[in-house]
Amino acid sequence: MGIFDRFRDGLGKTRKFISESITRIAAGMGSFDEEMLDEFEMTLVSADTGSVVAMRIIDKVRAEIKRSGGSGQEFVVSVIKTEMLDILGPARPYSLEDNKLNIIILAGVNGTGKTTTAGKMCLRYMRSGKKVILAAADTFRAAAIEQLKHWGDLNGAQVIAHETGSDPGAVVYDAVHAAINRKADVLIIDTAGRLHNKKNLMEEFAKIERITRREAPDARIGVFLVVDATTGQNAVVQAKIFNEATVLDGVILTKLDSNAKGGIALAVAAETSIPIIMAGLGERAEDLVDFEPEPFVDSLFG
Amino acid sequence: MAILGSLTSRLSSIAGRMRGKSRVTESDIKEMMREIRLALLEADVNLEVVKGFVDEVSAKCSGAEVTASLTPGQQVVKIVNETLTSMLGATAGKIAVSPSGFTVILLCGLQGSGKTTVAAKLGLSLKNKGKKPMVVSVDVHRPAAARQLEILAIKAGVQSFIKPEETDAVEIARLGIDRARYMLCDTVIIDTAGRATIDRSMMRELREINNTVYPAEKLLVVDAMIGQEAVNVAKAFDESIGISGFIMTKLDGDARGGAALSIFKMTGKPIKMIGVGEKLEDIEEFHPDRMASRILGMGDVLTLIEKTVERYDSSKAKDAMDRVNLNKFTLDDMLTQFEEVSKMGPLENLLGMIPGMGAKQMKNASVDEKAIPRSMAIIRSMTAKERKNPSLLNASRRKRIAAGSGTSVQDVNRLMNQFEQTQKMMKQFGKMSKGRMPGFGKGFGL
Repeated sequence: MGIFDRFRDGLGKTRKFISESITRIAAGMGSFDEEMLDEFEMTLVSADTGSVVAMRIIDKVRAEIKRSGGSGQEFVVSVIKTEMLDILGPARPYSLEDNKLNIIILAGVNGTGKTTTAGKMCLRYMRSGKKVILAAADTFRAAAIEQLKHWGDLNGAQVIAHETGSDPGAVVYDAVHAAINRKADVLIIDTAGRLHNKKNLMEEFAKIERITRREAPDARIGVFLVVDATTGQNAVVQAKIFNEATVLDGVILTKLDSNAKGGIALAVAAETSIPIIMAGLGERAEDLVDFEPEPFVDSLFG
Repeated sequence: MAILGSLTSRLSSIAGRMRGKSRVTESDIKEMMREIRLALLEADVNLEVVKGFVDEVSAKCSGAEVTASLTPGQQVVKIVNETLTSMLGATAGKIAVSPSGFTVILLCGLQGSGKTTVAAKLGLSLKNKGKKPMVVSVDVHRPAAARQLEILAIKAGVQSFIKPEETDAVEIARLGIDRARYMLCDTVIIDTAGRATIDRSMMRELREINNTVYPAEKLLVVDAMIGQEAVNVAKAFDESIGISGFIMTKLDGDARGGAALSIFKMTGKPIKMIGVGEKLEDIEEFHPDRMASRILGMGDVLTLIEKTVERYDSSKAKDAMDRVNLNKFTLDDMLTQFEEVSKMGPLENLLGMIPGMGAKQMKNASVDEKAIPRSMAIIRSMTAKERKNPSLLNASRRKRIAAGSGTSVQDVNRLMNQFEQTQKMMKQFGKMSKGRMPGFGKGFGL
């Protein structure tokens, strides 16, 4: 299945939602007027784009209608698509560096799917022939270690873990050295969920990152924020605050296939400079795909 | 929320331009309604709900007299707050108890909303109310989900039933109910797997569980951070099994929780409980008025006051107060205050409840959690004489105190400055009023 179909399948519901709205709004008219634009702005907000992004897109449509005189449905759709792509920027997939240890640290608030993403990512890299080690640095949540070990067993990957309640920094220390000694290609570090407004937990995260960088000076380190795509405007706050605590290399949007309408991708892209690198489009490991703006935007409109 | 600031401050800025007017005009209202609409959307309140709400508020505002005590901005905020509170439901929800004496509570929701944690928290809270609950995990989908519940149940001192090798959730639910009856439990909390409402086979599984266990309470667990989809999620679960209410989680985060309003308005289901922290005790009853203030970014003043009242030893406070009135506030009184304040929990949590202290301000404030323990150590390193008569504190005494408390002379000086300022303020307070809590804010090293 091509990447376009993946997005179209995953975002089936969203696609229907936005394209149906547009068709409904334009029904019987053929051209867009101010009232319809207002209604479409509301449609965008309902898809979690936030009011800032919705306004930006509608302002652009208004300006383009004025500039070119076109106001048909097709014209409006193409202006919206172009503006959305402009907001999302070019595709910036994260690729591993060969002959080097690649360390991936997963961060995020509680319940976004970090452990599941670690497991899926592990399988994805193992399938491309990489040697992967998992680190269970979520020592807080009950049974988080067992959950990650389950993924390790499933994939045949080694999991470095301590006891629940132990110091996550120590787990990371051991995991980094295990990865170096065993000449692993990839080390995926699963961390505990933390709300970004809890200072002590954010400091704990900074410590995890510091230890990783200190113990693996030659490794390529990527810090990714895992964001639940059903989140509302708080996702932007999460991205901003995590990006201040550490420099994020990317955002992974999970559960994009479920109840999410996807607009949060636009909100995060518009209000931060952090690239969205991967998207979770289903239950299976292969449903964790590189985020590509064009198929994503296309799929919003069928 | 950081992006747009609190509604209160935005409305105040509009109101600033209206100074001197005796009546709120049509165009003032229009401008304010736009701000309200944006604020509610930023708080993830459902669009339909926002529209209805703005219409209602705008009708109430038009022609409203500007009273002497409130600015037009404040008045609009007051109307907004009252409307929002009434929209959130008049009373706090209570967990139902089945008349048979055996109550089944079913928890459902999207993945990652916090069902397992809520199951354990609810178990503990019921246990503390004299119930004999059992938690049952029927999550056969997420690896180690059952183990997670079992561990939390042991921590909470609540019985649990799991069957990790069984793959049929309905069967586990049935066995769990049997076990609970056998163990003479009076309440069973069933923790189901997270599911997307568009997943037909998972929704079928939920219906089958529901038809097997006959729950008195079917609670939807909703993440406070959820976006515009909240209403559709709630409706879909309601259509599937007929939910009786919901529990909102992660309210210790900085999300506004607009979904609470949307779900209540669109489904009529009450919020029964809220999750407010990572510890098992962190589950509370829901208060509509406080949620309204939170959605608007007005801070959770009531919770703050309640916390203060709950943990502040009033007899000690009264002693201090009496001394304030006699202008005899000493370092010992300050120490007592610090001790009382540190009982109220992390300062950061308290600050978040103060109006105007949104996420943005909080970040800049960067609370020094150690300031209070440090100050307490300094005062404790002083002799009784020094505490009564701070003018004794010369350089060598200050050096000794710094060494004794593990701080620096600068820290000691800073504390003494704070003390003098507090003392000054106390005197003014003492003159002004006789019932207010002394020194709140200034003496904390903020």
